[in-house]
Amino acid sequence: MTDTFSEDEVLTAAEAKRETRRRMLADFWFYFSENRGAVIGLWVFLALVVVALLAPVIAPHAPNMQYRDSVLMPPVWQEGGSWTYLLGTDAVGRDMLSRLIYGARFSLFIGVIVVAIAVSGGVTIGLIAGYFRGVVDTVIMRVMDVILAFPSLLLALVLVAILGPGLTNAMIAIAIVLQPHFVRLTRSSVFNEINREYVISARVAGASPYYLMTRTLLPNCLGPVTVQATLSFSNAILDAAALGFLGVGAQPPTPEWGTMLADAREFILRAWWVVTFPGLAILITVLAINLMGDGLRDALDPKLKRS
Amino acid sequence: MGEVVLEARNLSRFYEVGGGLFRRPGVVKALQDASFRLEAGKTLAIVGESGCGKSTLARVVTMIEEPTAGELLINGKKAEAGSREMRQTIQIVFQNPYGSLNPRHRVGAILEEPLKLNTTMDAAERRRRAEETMERVGLRPEHYERYPHMFSGGQRQRIAIARALMLEPKILVLDEPVSALDLSIQAQVLNILSDLQGELDLAYLFISHDLSVVRHISDDIMVMYLGKVVEAGDAGTVFAAPSHPYTAALMSATPVADPERQKQRIMLTGELPSPLNPPPGCAFHPRCRYATDKCKEAAPPAETHAGRQVACYHPL
Repeated sequence: MTDTFSEDEVLTAAEAKRETRRRMLADFWFYFSENRGAVIGLWVFLALVVVALLAPVIAPHAPNMQYRDSVLMPPVWQEGGSWTYLLGTDAVGRDMLSRLIYGARFSLFIGVIVVAIAVSGGVTIGLIAGYFRGVVDTVIMRVMDVILAFPSLLLALVLVAILGPGLTNAMIAIAIVLQPHFVRLTRSSVFNEINREYVISARVAGASPYYLMTRTLLPNCLGPVTVQATLSFSNAILDAAALGFLGVGAQPPTPEWGTMLADAREFILRAWWVVTFPGLAILITVLAINLMGDGLRDALDPKLKRS
Repeated sequence: MGEVVLEARNLSRFYEVGGGLFRRPGVVKALQDASFRLEAGKTLAIVGESGCGKSTLARVVTMIEEPTAGELLINGKKAEAGSREMRQTIQIVFQNPYGSLNPRHRVGAILEEPLKLNTTMDAAERRRRAEETMERVGLRPEHYERYPHMFSGGQRQRIAIARALMLEPKILVLDEPVSALDLSIQAQVLNILSDLQGELDLAYLFISHDLSVVRHISDDIMVMYLGKVVEAGDAGTVFAAPSHPYTAALMSATPVADPERQKQRIMLTGELPSPLNPPPGCAFHPRCRYATDKCKEAAPPAETHAGRQVACYHPL
């Protein structure tokens, strides 16, 4: 045997790697596609992502452009509607459709950032609690219990009140509120895994606590965390909309769905479209993501697999 | 006499269990005063029923746990849990091949992990070593890229053995390495183990409850009951004529494939006592038919009898 590998040996290794990855993906898709709701959710979510990415191209108007001569114009299919403003205009003459399209950007952005903060923080804290146990674990878990004891929206509201209103602070507040779920989930997974023999044998081989936590334990604890992350994604969007509606999230004139709802409150009887469409947008997005999360759980959790 | 690679002196390990805010914890003496020597190229078998302290001994010897009392000498030096050199000398193979391999790592990564953690070898060198070791335990090079779940129990156990060999240890602790496998696979793995012992001059600490396997592989044998060594000596001598009543009972329970041979099964009465509350004196006396009042009062010390160490007042 030579020290270096010949080219085709390396090639077959890379091919084998690709092959196993492809097979795992096919396996995953098989279980995921069993759940029709999940597949629909996935397509809706993908459509939303495309819309959000291409917002400047798709949107017929600028989101904050006020057309003063066409205030509160109804959608196109209703009497008095116009093809210029497909879903009508709001109280200051801004095109609803364009604002909704740009709103998708904010919602997805909020989801991604909040989940990223909550997952990275929660998983790190959970790993530490699960690995060290004892006093460290007790202290961490009691703090998390305190956070969980508050109604989540109320706590987010308090945090925003302390940090000051605004989209960034709202996202931080929501991330803090969602974090304990990830801590608990990771900790319980670590408890399950840490006494397994592969962890002990890594320790016998001389792995440091950091290596054990990041390389040995973490990949085996990520399954449930992934599912929780998708479900938290929709929670984050919902909470951000609620905070926006209460006036402490995104500030006007940001075309954020919750903020749009709050602005439209007074016209609820006169112009149904200004409240209905942002509400529908939130509903459809959250529903799609939840359906997708359910399918993901079924596909990733071997206990739920039907063989 | 070969070189003594591992020596245990009065090794003990106690656990505190239960114990709440208002209750004193109970002490389980999982391992008491175990002393033995292991020479290079030899196999010391440790036998006994479940809960007798075999696996605790394995965990103490591999420095997963610190002994409560006693000394462990590896290559004549006192073992320290943090020492890299010690760790490279002694490695372990676990009982359950389904739990001992990280399900998210490829076989290659599993084998290279010990090298990555303990040496400064580069990736190509590590891979070369991993493939060499795989060949040694009868795995094919294309297995390098696969995940553990793609293998059968016997193959997994071979991967586990290969991983234990990666650091070129002198001592392997085999904690019931074949008891989770089919009979035909057991023989295969045992043959690999004895081939490796010949090639690499390895010393084995072979933990098992299966006496027919032990008879096949061991040079020396140590029988344990409730955390204590009851009989220890040369495997041939002990198998030919057990001295301790417990050893005798254990051996009579092993089926022998010989229809001519007369069966004299010694039936033990009673259950294994709780290790939380062991009987006074000799721990075996409630189940022993030779027990006298003396046995209930003081634990018998280990004494030399017929060429082996026996802890019994009434050796057979």
